[in-house]
Amino acid sequence: MAISPPQNRLWWNEPIERVEIGWVVVAFLWGLFMFFFMIAWHFIGGQNLSTETYRITPAAYEQKVATFAEKYQVSEESGVPVVRPPVGEDVFILARLWEWWPLLELKKGQSYRIHLSSIDWQHGFSLQPVNINISVHPGYEQIITLTPTEAGDFGIACNEYCGIGHHMMTGRIRVVE
Amino acid sequence: MTAIDVSHSGLAAARAAFRTCRFTGLKVDIAAQRLIMANAVAAVVFLAVGGLMGLLVALTRWPAVHLLPSEWFYLVLTGHGANVLLFWIIFFEIAILYFASAVLLGSRIATPKIAWAAFVLMVAGAIMTNVAVFQGDSSVMFTSYPPMQASPHFYLGLIIFAVGALIGVGIFFATLVVAHGERTYEGSIPLVTFGALTAAIIAVFTLASGAIILVPTWLWSLGLVAEIDPLMYKVVWWGMGHSSQQINVAAHVSVWYAIGALTIGAKPLSEKVSRTAFLLYILFLQLASAHHLLADPGMSATWKIVNTSYLMYLAVLGSLIHGLTVPGALEAAQRRNGYTKGAFEWLRKAPWGNPAFSGMFLSLVMFGFIGGISGVVLGTEQLNLLMHNTIYVPGHFHGTVVAGTTLAFMAMTYYVLPLIFQRDVIWPKLARWQPYLFGMGAGGISLFMMGAGTLGVPRRHWDITLTDAMHPFDLPSGGFLMMGLNGLAAVIAAAGGILYILITVGTVLWGKRLDKGEAPLTFPLHKQAATVAEYGSHATVKLPGTIILVSVFFLSFVLYYFVNWKYLSEIWLLR
Repeated sequence: MAISPPQNRLWWNEPIERVEIGWVVVAFLWGLFMFFFMIAWHFIGGQNLSTETYRITPAAYEQKVATFAEKYQVSEESGVPVVRPPVGEDVFILARLWEWWPLLELKKGQSYRIHLSSIDWQHGFSLQPVNINISVHPGYEQIITLTPTEAGDFGIACNEYCGIGHHMMTGRIRVVE
Repeated sequence: MTAIDVSHSGLAAARAAFRTCRFTGLKVDIAAQRLIMANAVAAVVFLAVGGLMGLLVALTRWPAVHLLPSEWFYLVLTGHGANVLLFWIIFFEIAILYFASAVLLGSRIATPKIAWAAFVLMVAGAIMTNVAVFQGDSSVMFTSYPPMQASPHFYLGLIIFAVGALIGVGIFFATLVVAHGERTYEGSIPLVTFGALTAAIIAVFTLASGAIILVPTWLWSLGLVAEIDPLMYKVVWWGMGHSSQQINVAAHVSVWYAIGALTIGAKPLSEKVSRTAFLLYILFLQLASAHHLLADPGMSATWKIVNTSYLMYLAVLGSLIHGLTVPGALEAAQRRNGYTKGAFEWLRKAPWGNPAFSGMFLSLVMFGFIGGISGVVLGTEQLNLLMHNTIYVPGHFHGTVVAGTTLAFMAMTYYVLPLIFQRDVIWPKLARWQPYLFGMGAGGISLFMMGAGTLGVPRRHWDITLTDAMHPFDLPSGGFLMMGLNGLAAVIAAAGGILYILITVGTVLWGKRLDKGEAPLTFPLHKQAATVAEYGSHATVKLPGTIILVSVFFLSFVLYYFVNWKYLSEIWLLR
């Protein structure tokens, strides 16, 4: 009985059922496979999250993003600059209560170094409907190299709770051919 | 000095009052029994509060209903997490720890007065945090990530609760020492106690992590500490947040074994394999903090891979082993009980009308298929990008904590009531249906939230229509459908939950007393549960049904794993 002590005091010496040994071996091998597949994807896969991160003060990051937006602004939508950076240029996205700033216009099939950081609380970069989800922290500037593979308008929602305006926090990336 | 110790412990042992359970023959310490009752009652109270909040959350996220205004939604969601994930589950776990030590070992409980002090601390802490939440300026979610700040007594309540729980865990360890010293049992501790010991060891790690991060955060909220690093907070906080879910796993797996023994006389196929599986939990489960940092800056890929996989999935291996040994033990017992036809007569003729059995089996199946598989997929370094912080995450952990742990604890209650409270379960017909109702609802909310998350619906989000946003856009309509179905499933789960509360409270107050007379139990124990003469590892037996079940599980696992890789390979390139 599982609720009373084992009858055989030397239970460690009892033989193990074949079916149990078989399953332990299968499960262990499957675990090994899943472990090595994560490593393998860094070599064979096209979707790996960069770990390139720098410490930065919120004020310094805000300044960098403002300079970037001013330099490559092409238009304005509801008071927010629409920025079209040249291909290969560093791109900055700022998370704050409660917007992703500025709006971006990228080219399909081109790679961009995207910088992400927050100047207040934690936020969650959630690109839809692509479904790429990345945590954004204040004080940490993360750089990912992103290559859009389809054209169209893509929304950015916030999926890390950031206070009462959390559900109003959005942004946009437009991808053109 | 030795002489003083002996006489002192002799005195305490002599003072302890026992009764002998007429159903199981177990020797029950009255002091332990009272403590188990108090902790179980507190657990049910917080389940009622937290469960109601959960229903309000689900009804708000049901797009067609959208019940609460945004301020209330975030407030209630914060309270829901704290009340059910911490207070309900940990109060019940303390009850299980006292049961698995004092009652199963036939021992007196160590220092009952200190155990009562621990209980008072836990109640005080839980109430303090609830007050902070309801005052409205601590809607920071259960995770309370800085730099967002709650009132100081939000953190203080959690700290006091954790201190109380830690003392409770200490009482469990002390009771093991007392039982061993006073030789109340022979040989090794029972498997269920061993599982509870696993849970207790993990609890020490968990509660220590909580103290390490919540104490400075509390000081920060008082203005005494200048800054809490958000990334550091996440690493250490999840040492509590995720590891506490591993206490649940160890505890509810123990409950599965216990109910198997009580209802059909199941015994482990092999003590060695089942105990090793528990040992793997102790060694590897604590690495799970990484599950919450896979999509975060600052951590290396090596750190993520090693930690998220619990070092090559060795803790997952523990759960996979229980996934075979629990149904295997049930099948072996049923075959011994005479249900030997075909592959599945043992399962068809299982006591499905006994809510303890049906709840346990549903918990086992849903924890494996829903919570377990989704957990591994979600915790895979790159696949996490697809679901991180979407409502897939709550989908996963409702599969583990609600369909798994909560349902298992509900099932166990149907034996806690007659054996500890000594009251027969009232409304047996309704009780028979309760696990199915709650299980169906819990399975539904898990699956529908996972579906919605796969379509990009964010978690902890008041308005997925994004109507008031500056740059609105449309989330897929399938996501809205899923959230509606989630609302329906939540109503079913709530009906099952309310029924559970009514039956439990009703039984405690008005159930037929079992301590007088010879009345039988409405939901009987297996005849072998009452005799401890026949125990130990089970002799060799063929288990075709279990092999089929486990094969189906494994195929689903592999298939779902690769479907997600396929999905990942189709998104934008990222490096």
